[in-house]
Amino acid sequence: MRYLPHTEADIRRLLGAVGAPSLDALFSSIPEPLRLSRPLELPPAADERALLGELSALAEKNLRVPPERVFLGAGAYPHHVPVAVDQLLLRSEFYTAYTPYQPELAQGTLQAIFEFQTFVCLLTGLPVANASMYDGATACAEAALLALRLRRGRKKIVVSRALHPAWRATMRTYLAATGSEIVEVPYDGRTGRTDGAALAAAADARTALVLVGSPNYFGVVEDVREAAAAARQAGALLAVGVAEALSLGLLAPPGELGADLAVGEFGSFGGAVSFGGPGVGFFAAREEHLRQIPGRLCGETVDAEGRRAYVLTLATREQHIRRASATSNICTNHALGALAATIHLGLLGKSGLRSLALLNYRRARYARQRIGRARFSGPVFNEFVIEADAAVAARARAAGFVAGLPLGRDYPELSGALLTCVTELHEKTAIDALAKVL
Amino acid sequence: MKPFPDTSPGASGLALREGLLFGRGSPGRRGTDLPAAGVPEAEPAAELPAELLRAEIDGLPELSEPEVVRHFVRLSQWNYAIDSGPYPLGSCTMKYNPKSAEAAARLPGFAAAHPLLPEEDCQGALALGFALERALCEITGLAAATLQPAAGAHGELCGMLMVRAYHVARGNPRKKVLVPDSAHGTNPATATLAGYQAVEIASGPDGVVTPAAIAGALDEDVAALMLTNPNTLGIFERNVREIATLLHEKGALLYNDGANLNALAGVARPGDMGVDVMHINLHKTFGTPHGGGGPGSGPVAVALPLVPFLPVPTIRRAGDGFALDFDRPQSIGRLRTFWGNFGMWVRAYALLREWGPDGLRRAAQLAVLNANYLRQLLSPAYHLPYSAPTLHEVVFSDKLQKAHGVSALDVAKRLIDHGFHPPTIYFPLVVSGALMLEPTETESPETVEALAAALLAIAAEAAEDPAALHAAPTRTLVRRVDEVRAARKPVLRWHPKPR
Amino acid sequence: MASYPEELKYTKDHEWARASGSRVTVGITEHAQEQLGEVVYVELPKVGETVTKGEPFGVVESTKAVSELFSPVSGKVVEVNDPLTDSPATINEDPYEEGWMIQVEATQPGDLEDLMNAKAYVEFIEEEAE
Repeated sequence: MRYLPHTEADIRRLLGAVGAPSLDALFSSIPEPLRLSRPLELPPAADERALLGELSALAEKNLRVPPERVFLGAGAYPHHVPVAVDQLLLRSEFYTAYTPYQPELAQGTLQAIFEFQTFVCLLTGLPVANASMYDGATACAEAALLALRLRRGRKKIVVSRALHPAWRATMRTYLAATGSEIVEVPYDGRTGRTDGAALAAAADARTALVLVGSPNYFGVVEDVREAAAAARQAGALLAVGVAEALSLGLLAPPGELGADLAVGEFGSFGGAVSFGGPGVGFFAAREEHLRQIPGRLCGETVDAEGRRAYVLTLATREQHIRRASATSNICTNHALGALAATIHLGLLGKSGLRSLALLNYRRARYARQRIGRARFSGPVFNEFVIEADAAVAARARAAGFVAGLPLGRDYPELSGALLTCVTELHEKTAIDALAKVL
Repeated sequence: MKPFPDTSPGASGLALREGLLFGRGSPGRRGTDLPAAGVPEAEPAAELPAELLRAEIDGLPELSEPEVVRHFVRLSQWNYAIDSGPYPLGSCTMKYNPKSAEAAARLPGFAAAHPLLPEEDCQGALALGFALERALCEITGLAAATLQPAAGAHGELCGMLMVRAYHVARGNPRKKVLVPDSAHGTNPATATLAGYQAVEIASGPDGVVTPAAIAGALDEDVAALMLTNPNTLGIFERNVREIATLLHEKGALLYNDGANLNALAGVARPGDMGVDVMHINLHKTFGTPHGGGGPGSGPVAVALPLVPFLPVPTIRRAGDGFALDFDRPQSIGRLRTFWGNFGMWVRAYALLREWGPDGLRRAAQLAVLNANYLRQLLSPAYHLPYSAPTLHEVVFSDKLQKAHGVSALDVAKRLIDHGFHPPTIYFPLVVSGALMLEPTETESPETVEALAAALLAIAAEAAEDPAALHAAPTRTLVRRVDEVRAARKPVLRWHPKPR
Repeated sequence: MASYPEELKYTKDHEWARASGSRVTVGITEHAQEQLGEVVYVELPKVGETVTKGEPFGVVESTKAVSELFSPVSGKVVEVNDPLTDSPATINEDPYEEGWMIQVEATQPGDLEDLMNAKAYVEFIEEEAE
């Protein structure tokens, strides 16, 4: 086994040194009846070439439809990841390092986290951001927990039904033991936007948090100002969930529209869709919520010689110090994903980010017009809902397209509709061909 | 001349200072080329009010690809990593991360597979997930597994919410969760998140939890005990079976924190010890990279009575293939946006396939052999607070060095000057001034010896020249950092100059 | 050498109390600040809030530890040492004077009676250390 350096002679020598007659004897502290008396039933070892052959065969089975003919988003947005991003991610110094607890040996990771936090702040328009969360869904759940801490006594979370269904479901799971109540607000069946009047009516003096997605699950850009007014009126916090962070290159930042928190998924920057994970969640907040933020924070300081340095800070919020009263149990986050996003945003830069966002907007707008069948009238970024029942979807699939995600499972009233996503990966020719089939 | 292996840092290459990515470059410069839209150039302002749009974002970098690449290569060079040297962080299991696994995760059919592909179009991904689940069940001796949790702490939350759902289904969620004093901080934090009051249990004098301590704390309000086994002292909780029986008699469950599974895989199975639910850190035992702080992956395995409560969706067999099952009425629900950190599943599965059953067992044996060898080598110079036999890790204290005014922190920082990453310090909390070492199986005997030699040299230095230790590290790019300043006036981002 | 002024009363949670009529000033002891290390953050109640003897009234943090502050008296907070928020180092530098935390208008006259005097507190610390 090439990862295990010990030869039989090495093993004998070390056993002699520790005074154990055999490798088995090292486990004598485990009572005999608790030890396994048979080999595990696992497939026999594969050499490297056999392994890659076997896994390539499995991977091929996921390529029956080439990615440029898959029009799926719904929380995982396929984008071109510049080759430079992955080349840098493959630097061992980044990916084989641990969480930067020893700052003298981890300035690279720490500075990159500081840069990630800066990017999240610049894009969301909020003053502070953490070092990342697992994904958008868990970031939403943590936003709800933060709101329940900050608005002690209030037990109600008001959520738009146009927020990602899995994000809402994850919040329900996380909040199961908190004694809080999640109230879902309907969307306008014509525009696809959250019903503003219903939201304002639902947000009341018992409400800790109002949460809307923008662009929402249907791809529709919400008027966040409405939600902000409703939250403010109720004395609740407003969180905006952003599933497609690329939209922040074009759309006004949540922080400028009155959001107290912006949470969501940054995986569109630098991340492959990778069957849904790992993504990279983000969490941004206002300064006054700093001590309630979950997860890691990297701060700037100086070293013993006065040189600029970075270090994980405000750790007293966290589980390893505060234990049972920590703000969250999170420790590992998605640092490497955050690094990928940081590199990609560094490459895109000021003009590239806007250009890429515009490119997505224009391709999607073209596709939406070309395909027709639009289910909602609200303005969209790079995703939209079309009227297409199972038969239409099957026809597209037979022609070699995945035309979108059937919405019936999460929205029974939309059982004849598909959620279709168009990014820079989808050329005009593929869009035209899809439109023709539909 | 120093005898081989001389692992002390020698002459250093040029370590280049590097500023932030922000506030430099030149207007208009960028590091990506984009295709033409090829479609009408619609303007968002035509359909969206100006208040909902933004212009280019002030403060974003304006750099070419070579500049960005150089920036991050320089940053990388400031990191210490497993691939640069040993990383004996106790409890973190910093083993070698196989390169074949990196290649496997990047196969286009894995990296570009959309999570919402029709099931018939993603059978490879589902088959891999199913196979990994089955392997983890065999390794843990448990009935079923979910691969959804993103990390160990996420797995703990998943497991403890299942514990809660199990009790709720029996009519009473119960109120308390027992947590030994040697536990990771995530355990009490998770218990709180799952709606329980964490009750601390004192370890016995030999470092393990006693049945008497459990019996004394056990009543009908206890939902579960969260037990790390082997515990954070590296000691096997030999009373686990008896403790499980005590818990089960009162209707409570045994949660096993699987952070230290690396000591047991292939040798003993938690499921055979009465464990009802456990999480597994793929980024520890199964060698997926730590990534500078994630992504990890924290699958949860459960005994039969807990199977109905697994998060949705589960992966099930469907005819000749596999399907995602969302229709599970007793499930705790969703845990995240999609199905798990799939990229980590691929890597862990790759290592499992390369190990096979014999390699897996051998890895655990060598992890324990290395840790015991290190313990043997260091015992003359460092105080061992618990003398019980240890498995994959060993915890010393700074008691002997304290006599010279040298702390665990000083020892750790000095080790950096000798070319090694420090061990975990000040954890577990049951040891004052803890130095927690876990060499893992992928370090050679020579490396273990070199690490021990460095730590012995430091113990000698502590007696002769304690000041040198207080000043350490001296050879790093930055010296000890001012954590107080960082915390008093937090600076957590860069700010663009106001226009 | 740590100092423990004779005129103060001490709690087992390492707060001190200085009574002047029914007004009681509260802070943490020299020993407490030494154990904590450099204080980076302090969270105090607002004027007008009530505090209860033996219950937490705030939090003090170093980079590595968090401690709750327990009130030695019951009553209403009449003054808060707000400058500590911006300069928590004062708690390390001058725990008994500039580093005071809150002033309480005590409602239970006997509250301070069961607290330790300086001599008893020093003995208590020594016992704790063993």
